[in-house]
Amino acid sequence: MNPEFSTSTTAQVLRSLPKRYAKERRFRLLGLCAIVLTMLFLMVLLGTIFLKGWTAFQQTHIRLDVYFDPVRLDVKNLANANYGALVRDSMQRMFPDVEGRSNRLQLNRLISSGAAFTLQDMVTSSPEIIGTTRSLWLPADDEVDMLIKGHTPRDVPETIRRLSDQQLVWIDTLVEDGRLEKQFNGAFFRNGDSREPELAGVRGAITGSFYTLMVTLMLSFPIGVAAAVYLEEFAPKNIFTDLIEVNINNLAAIPSIIFGLLGLAVFLNFFGLPRSSSIVGGLVLTLMTLPTIIIASRASLKAVPPSIREAALGIGASKMQMILHHVLPLALPGMLTGTIIGMAQALGETAPLLMIGMVAFIVDVPQSLQDPATVLPVQIYLWADSPERAFIERTSAAIMVLLAALLIMNATAVYLRNRFERRW
Amino acid sequence: MSPSLLIAVLLVLSSMAYWLGRSRAFALSKKAGSVRLHSRPGYHGILVALWCAIPAFIIFCCWHFFSGNLLISYAMQSVTEARGELSPSEMNLAINDLRNLLSGSVFHREIDPALQLAADRYTGMRQIANVALAVVVLSSAILGSIWAYSRINPGLRARNKVEKAVEISLTLCSTIAVFTTLGIVLSVIFESIRFFQQVPFFDFLFGLKWSPQMAMRPDQMGTGSFGAIPVLAGTFLISAIAMSIAVPFGLLSAIHLSEYSGPNFRKVVKPMLEILAGVPTVVYGFFAALVVAPTIRGLGAGIGLSVASESALAAGLVMGVMIIPFVSSLSDDIINAVPQSLRDGSYALGATQSETIKNVVIPAALPGIVGSILLAVSRAIGETMIVVMAAGLAANLTLNPLQAVTTVTVQIVTLLVGDQEFDTPKTLAAFALGLLLFVVTLALNVIALYVVRKYREEYE
Repeated sequence: MNPEFSTSTTAQVLRSLPKRYAKERRFRLLGLCAIVLTMLFLMVLLGTIFLKGWTAFQQTHIRLDVYFDPVRLDVKNLANANYGALVRDSMQRMFPDVEGRSNRLQLNRLISSGAAFTLQDMVTSSPEIIGTTRSLWLPADDEVDMLIKGHTPRDVPETIRRLSDQQLVWIDTLVEDGRLEKQFNGAFFRNGDSREPELAGVRGAITGSFYTLMVTLMLSFPIGVAAAVYLEEFAPKNIFTDLIEVNINNLAAIPSIIFGLLGLAVFLNFFGLPRSSSIVGGLVLTLMTLPTIIIASRASLKAVPPSIREAALGIGASKMQMILHHVLPLALPGMLTGTIIGMAQALGETAPLLMIGMVAFIVDVPQSLQDPATVLPVQIYLWADSPERAFIERTSAAIMVLLAALLIMNATAVYLRNRFERRW
Repeated sequence: MSPSLLIAVLLVLSSMAYWLGRSRAFALSKKAGSVRLHSRPGYHGILVALWCAIPAFIIFCCWHFFSGNLLISYAMQSVTEARGELSPSEMNLAINDLRNLLSGSVFHREIDPALQLAADRYTGMRQIANVALAVVVLSSAILGSIWAYSRINPGLRARNKVEKAVEISLTLCSTIAVFTTLGIVLSVIFESIRFFQQVPFFDFLFGLKWSPQMAMRPDQMGTGSFGAIPVLAGTFLISAIAMSIAVPFGLLSAIHLSEYSGPNFRKVVKPMLEILAGVPTVVYGFFAALVVAPTIRGLGAGIGLSVASESALAAGLVMGVMIIPFVSSLSDDIINAVPQSLRDGSYALGATQSETIKNVVIPAALPGIVGSILLAVSRAIGETMIVVMAAGLAANLTLNPLQAVTTVTVQIVTLLVGDQEFDTPKTLAAFALGLLLFVVTLALNVIALYVVRKYREEYE
């Protein structure tokens, strides 16, 4: 035998050890890298959203001294009065030396077109202010807002800027006079959707999400729990029960958009329920979350030890009494946790709702289950598609609202689990 | 009487029935010398309430289910009287006009007198019908409760009857899953059959050109091409990119978490992965379109490649990250299920930890891992929002990840969003694509389950 290999096996192993240990370290590092990269992505994702979105909670406002001119406001016909003219008059008074139609047009573009509606609301609710002058903070146009927040650069040639040099001068004058500043953007939480970024808010979407989730919760929790109780406690072992179980497991893995097709074909076209309404959205999401809730509820029913059941039966309870009085109360925290997680899924779901028309542009805040509504994720989708620069920060802000809601729901679920879960 | 008021009255009636039944049972039990009640008074009350509510509610539901069409066909009689027999499509048109007239959404056109007459007949009949419904529902509620009330006696096995009713309702609830599947299958298949009547099945499945937009123009009705291959290829491409991210990252992090990390590290990383899994897909889509796609484009431009602004790569990358937690949590469970004795045996032979993982743990867990990867593939194929927001609309038949491709879900969304008639091939094509998607994901799920069951190693 070759003298090199004549040494003992131990020596051979020892010689190969450094290589094998290096391999071991490399493999370990690889795993760590995978985790770190994934975490990094999460950080970048959340960080981007936050950095782009937090400015949307402030909005640039301009202070105008509005004279509620009795000439322009006919008390008998307030609904048709020209409120835009009031705004234009006030702007004109602030910069009296602006001449010419196009210059005035540019000047008036600094203030949001929604300012007129604010004035209209004020006059309609209290007509006695006609004839007085009020100093009001009114929202600035989204381009001004973007400039003030630094999202659009100002040191570029005029041709590729959305604001002209003249407008920049006016803006600077306003800032020096203390007539232009960033304030908390209450409109973001008060208003429904709008084509104007400075007027667009999430209230409509939040209300829609609330109604939709309420329908989902009202239907999916009782039905899910009932189904779980039947399958866990009553169901005989036969083909019928197997069929149900296979179905539930399959439904849990079917793409959500298919549920949208179901909703479109069955709820809208067959039953003729109102398009875009929260009730249809709720129904579709119910079907989608049911498997999650059923599976979680069954797990928590399984976790209740048989001794509880036997004790109840032993002292003469009927099967139904055993379940309703003893098993269900013990399993309820687990079921609630599963339900909240299912609800969180439903809250973030977009695709099936696009299918049933909840993607329409809806300005009004929905008042009932049958009103056309949109939900928060769909609102995000709609805004993400809008070309205006200012909608990017609003989209991010809406995402922050959505993520906050999800975080609260999941934290509640975790709290419930830790607080009430019993280990046997 | 409006339906909601009727339901409210019904609820009040049944709670009254409950109290009446309960007090009658109490009275019976207190009567001197009577036998003991079989069931507690509450059960007698519930039984009476059930007899009050359920038959009435069934009548109510049946009426609402059938009344719409009955009333419309009754009202349409006046139209057919005025215009003679109508062909089915004319009939549908007239019915649509009638519905619009009834909902008050016709303002500008002048109204056909026959339709106006039909609408008047409809409203008149509906008022009569509503009154009749109220009378029938309420009398059935009262009769039902009187009947149940009169049957209350100490020997009545009220509890068993109530429990039977509860059990039946539990059974019904559990069948909803079956009905959902049935509903999905039927709705998708019905519309798909209508689609395949206009577009041959094999043209759809093997056609190389997808441009449904053509079909919008009436003069080009037949020329829209519905070949699904480019759409399928796009779906495949994006899913493949996603899986090439998700599988290595998911598996490696699962291995690291279950084999190497200490409890503290796990306590931090696991919730983070859950956050990643809980972020709504629309957020990923926004991120992909806003950050990832421009970055990739910029990088490509930097090294002289032309990258489409809606490249498959951007959508695929982000989708891959979205699926990482899915793969990792499923594989984590499976790796944890491999018994410790296998690892101990391998260590005892002198293997290092990574050699044990590669040669013992992974082979033992392979069926489960394959199953979880298949489930992840089915998720990638069915994922909608990321691709809707970050992938393209044009159906390019290409395997170049830097070009824009489209997917099945993107096409379903673009074809169906917006108000459209439901008889053009364009909208029906969405259901055909839906059928395809349903079949493929279902098959993947079934195969995944089969793989897991068939090749699972038993360690007992």
